[in-house]
Amino acid sequence: MSIRINVLDHVMVPDHQAMSEEEVQALLARYSITFDQLPKVFHDDPGVRQVNGKVGDVVRIIRQSHTAGIAEAYRLVVRRPKK
Amino acid sequence: MLFTETMREEIVGAALPDLTKQQLLKALEDKQITDAQFEQIMTGVHAEFKSTRIEPLEAVGVIAAQSIGEPGTQMTMRTFHYAGVAEINVTLGLPRLIEIMDARKEPSTPTMTIHLSPDYNNDRDKARMVSWQIEAAPLHEFGDITTDMENMQVLVHVNEAVLAKRKISMDLIAETAQKKIRERRHYRDFEAEVVEQDHVILFTPKDQAKYQNLFQLAEHVRNVIVQGIDDIERVVVRKESGEYILYTEGSNLKDVFEVAGVDTTRTRTNNISEIAQVLGIEAARNAIMAEALSTLGEQGIKVDVRHIMLVADMMCMDGEVKQIGRHGIAGEKESVLSRAAFEVTVNHLLDAAVANEVDELNGVTENVIVGQPIQLGTGDVKLIAKPRT
Repeated sequence: MSIRINVLDHVMVPDHQAMSEEEVQALLARYSITFDQLPKVFHDDPGVRQVNGKVGDVVRIIRQSHTAGIAEAYRLVVRRPKK
Repeated sequence: MLFTETMREEIVGAALPDLTKQQLLKALEDKQITDAQFEQIMTGVHAEFKSTRIEPLEAVGVIAAQSIGEPGTQMTMRTFHYAGVAEINVTLGLPRLIEIMDARKEPSTPTMTIHLSPDYNNDRDKARMVSWQIEAAPLHEFGDITTDMENMQVLVHVNEAVLAKRKISMDLIAETAQKKIRERRHYRDFEAEVVEQDHVILFTPKDQAKYQNLFQLAEHVRNVIVQGIDDIERVVVRKESGEYILYTEGSNLKDVFEVAGVDTTRTRTNNISEIAQVLGIEAARNAIMAEALSTLGEQGIKVDVRHIMLVADMMCMDGEVKQIGRHGIAGEKESVLSRAAFEVTVNHLLDAAVANEVDELNGVTENVIVGQPIQLGTGDVKLIAKPRT
């Protein structure tokens, strides 16, 4: 892409935030789940690239929800598998 | 006593969804209310919220499937509709719903809704200018094309008025035409030349021996796209709620985002896999929800968003858009028996036998098959003994 646009500005893209190590641990403890039980997102996803997420990071996604108003979701950054 | 600051803080800090909090704040603002009444309200709201939450181990998938499937039977099988816009044809109804759930790479009628940035969106001429940059214009729209069989040439008599209208120079046209014929159409055996004073672009095939080459070249020259984006066949400019919006037939989000004057925060397409590529998986999830809701809503069918949210979440769980069927969610289940129960039974059983797969019998389907209690509701209750130390 010649002009890099900030995809987070688009109305369809919810806000993405990279999470710190402690936040991730707190999250896993809160739901008592393991790392790989989180939903995934690929490392080259435009939203992840915008917040500089690396493989193994967890991104917090703040969605505008129809039912709850604001809802937080989490995704684990994984490498995109080769086709 | 008036609604106090401490009450506001209690609401903001409560374990309730954001929407409920806002509704509470709005309802209670400037109201006369005692502490006791406030407590009563809060306990009532908490109890109500708890009762609306889905219980652990509820089979939400089956409920969602039924809630979308049953109204789906009432949808029109075949509807082609004009989406409120002059002659832009969009697939709606059941075929569109199937398209969304199947996560097709390209919808049968891709369309875009292009919003324009503030300096362009209230001027018809400026909107038209942007549309020239987007709508694919083949070379034959810029003037007459003649084949000179005597001199083995293809001549493009460029119309100056069209050039002025579309704000493009003859050199640029000649240049893009050559480049595109070589790169996009993979036809290389020709040369081109601009004759400025006659307003003519001259194309000559390298191999002068056969007429076939000449006719082939003429065909390429006629149809090569020299302005606009190749995939976008038509653009319609419409004024809607005070601003000009472009509707297109054909979709290419990435290239449209690079056109000057396009609002890159609101422009959208109905091609979900394109959204996943350009805007990411979260945008794709939103797009699936919006498309499914509008397709159902357009037919007068009301399905609760939570069912569609569940479907969209499942489809986007692994970072890419997966279809619901055999090659997606149903086909990638852990359990052999569950997969075999869905489609192509023998293949799954055979492959599982060859690969020495083990079925842990964790899901519903596989336990039904072997005749065990399923792990839902009362079937999930297990006794766990804590050894005394």
